[in-house]
Amino acid sequence: MPLILDHVCQIYNADTETPVKALDDVNLVIPEGQFIGVIGHTGSGKSTLIQHMNGLILPTSGSVYFNGRDITDKDFDKKELRKHVGLVFQYPEHQLFETDVFEDVCFGPKNMGMSKKETELAAFEALRKVSFPEDLYYASVFELSGGQKRRAAIAGVLAMKPDFLILDEPTAGLDPVGRCEILDMVSELHRSAGITIILVSHSMEDVAMYVERVIVMDKGRVAYDDVPREVFSHSEELEQMGLAIPEPAKITRELLKRGFDVDPGVLTSSEAADSIYKALTKNR
Amino acid sequence: MIRDITIGQYYQTKSVIHRLDPRVKLLGTLLFIIALFTYNNPVGYIIGIIFLCTVIKLSHVPFKFITKGLKGIILILCFTVLINLFLTPGTPIIAFWKITITYEGLAVAFSMILRLTMLIMGSSIVTLTTTPNNLTDGLEKGMGFMKIFRVPVGDVAMMMSIALRFIPILLEETDRIMKAQLARGADFESGNIVKKAKALVPVLVPLFVSAFRRAGDLAMAMEARCYRGGDGRTKMKPLVYKKRDAIAYIILFTFVIVSIWLGRWSVITDFFRSIYMNLFGCPL
Ligand SMILES: Nc1ncnc2c1ncn2[C@@H]1O[C@H](COP(=O)(O)OP(=O)(O)O)[C@@H](O)[C@H]1O
Ligand SMILES: [Mg+2]
Repeated sequence: MPLILDHVCQIYNADTETPVKALDDVNLVIPEGQFIGVIGHTGSGKSTLIQHMNGLILPTSGSVYFNGRDITDKDFDKKELRKHVGLVFQYPEHQLFETDVFEDVCFGPKNMGMSKKETELAAFEALRKVSFPEDLYYASVFELSGGQKRRAAIAGVLAMKPDFLILDEPTAGLDPVGRCEILDMVSELHRSAGITIILVSHSMEDVAMYVERVIVMDKGRVAYDDVPREVFSHSEELEQMGLAIPEPAKITRELLKRGFDVDPGVLTSSEAADSIYKALTKNR
Repeated sequence: MIRDITIGQYYQTKSVIHRLDPRVKLLGTLLFIIALFTYNNPVGYIIGIIFLCTVIKLSHVPFKFITKGLKGIILILCFTVLINLFLTPGTPIIAFWKITITYEGLAVAFSMILRLTMLIMGSSIVTLTTTPNNLTDGLEKGMGFMKIFRVPVGDVAMMMSIALRFIPILLEETDRIMKAQLARGADFESGNIVKKAKALVPVLVPLFVSAFRRAGDLAMAMEARCYRGGDGRTKMKPLVYKKRDAIAYIILFTFVIVSIWLGRWSVITDFFRSIYMNLFGCPL
């Protein structure tokens, strides 16, 4: 059940003097099973893009297809789409409203028409998947720490058992440890449960280590759509878009320029260390 | 969806009306409304409509923005019209069953429509062409004389400007929370009124929580910058009358006097006639 965006354009405030072209002719195919990173500077249209994927925003022009059907059709069941394509908004903890965490996680599956038993099972499973501390299942949502709230909110979407999980800047506003934990958790979801993941971020570093495909957004257009190695080789263009490439990649690229024989495609710090070590020993 | 609400909305463009001092616009609206309710013949309304259309034209605000505000009062409008149409005594034109429509009723209903639509359009023009900050500045200065009655004008103005500033923020927040709950399968459209009201709980609870959080943060930030109350605060851009404001005042007063004179001519002549009667004991 791939998700296809075909010539999607989105213009906000079209009827005023200051229309904003948030998406400009976006064409994407999202097959099942991928782990995709969407990066772009603030205001490049990332959030707008992903809201098209589960029908929260309909394109000004162009179409979105899910399972071979146009989601802009009148008789298309959006609720069904939202069950398959789960979307976790930026700062998802702001959407928590029930008296306790468990009740809140149950909200999604309940809306999807699951029975009480199914709902509770789904909620437990989701909370376990995001490794939410068990002694806090019935705590008030307002007593939790920032990272815990975010886990609870992600569980709330996960409990609907989506095939696609889209996360809008899930690490925003978290400390470095919290960021790693959330990203590891997401990557684990992809690995063990085989969920298609679309991870939105404005930081390359977050994305580089985990994803198998990077979509770079710039001023509402898809600038690059490729494997990370390829995308990061365009370091100058990326920097012009206001995106810093990951530090290890930057260092090796700099060394390459100064005549060291390093691999230009490294992404992580361990790869960089290996490559630099090799280059140094070879020279000797 | 929720962004369609236009109360207190500013339409950004360049025009004479935008540049006018907010005090001119505020007093202008007040006088315009007073004038509207004194008219009792078509001449007054015609002058009023010409004046309103000229101002709209000068403001460069698209007409459909100005009429957007009317959607909100359409119910009140219909209600007033029906009441006046059926319940005004006088010479009947149509009578069937228990319903009689009179000449006078028709006239009152018609003038009510004119008055209310012109009132709403006139005040929309002010909010559409004046930034909220300017509007409160204008009120603060215009109401300055109230200080002698110990009305804390400065504090009230500060509260108003904060309230106005928060409207778009809260609307945006509502939009975001609604979308987040939609993504979790919430349904705001179907069902009867009780079900619809219940469906709003997942939106209202987070909205209130965030409003309180924002208010707390703002209070803290104001305190950190040593806010001590509105009295005696200076402005970065104090309001100063310019030549165009003087011209605007002249045009405004001319309009008000002429339109009331012509729009209520009979009343004024009646007034003098009755004085004459009282003084000399015989009709003029
Ligand atoms: N609801 C909206 N109404 C008007 N403009 C919007 C709205 N949402 C986003 N925008 C504008 O669209 C552009 C893209 O925004 P967004 O998709 O939020 O970018 P990102 O998530 O990459 O930061 C920005 O210029 C933003 O100001
Ligand atoms: Mg965003």
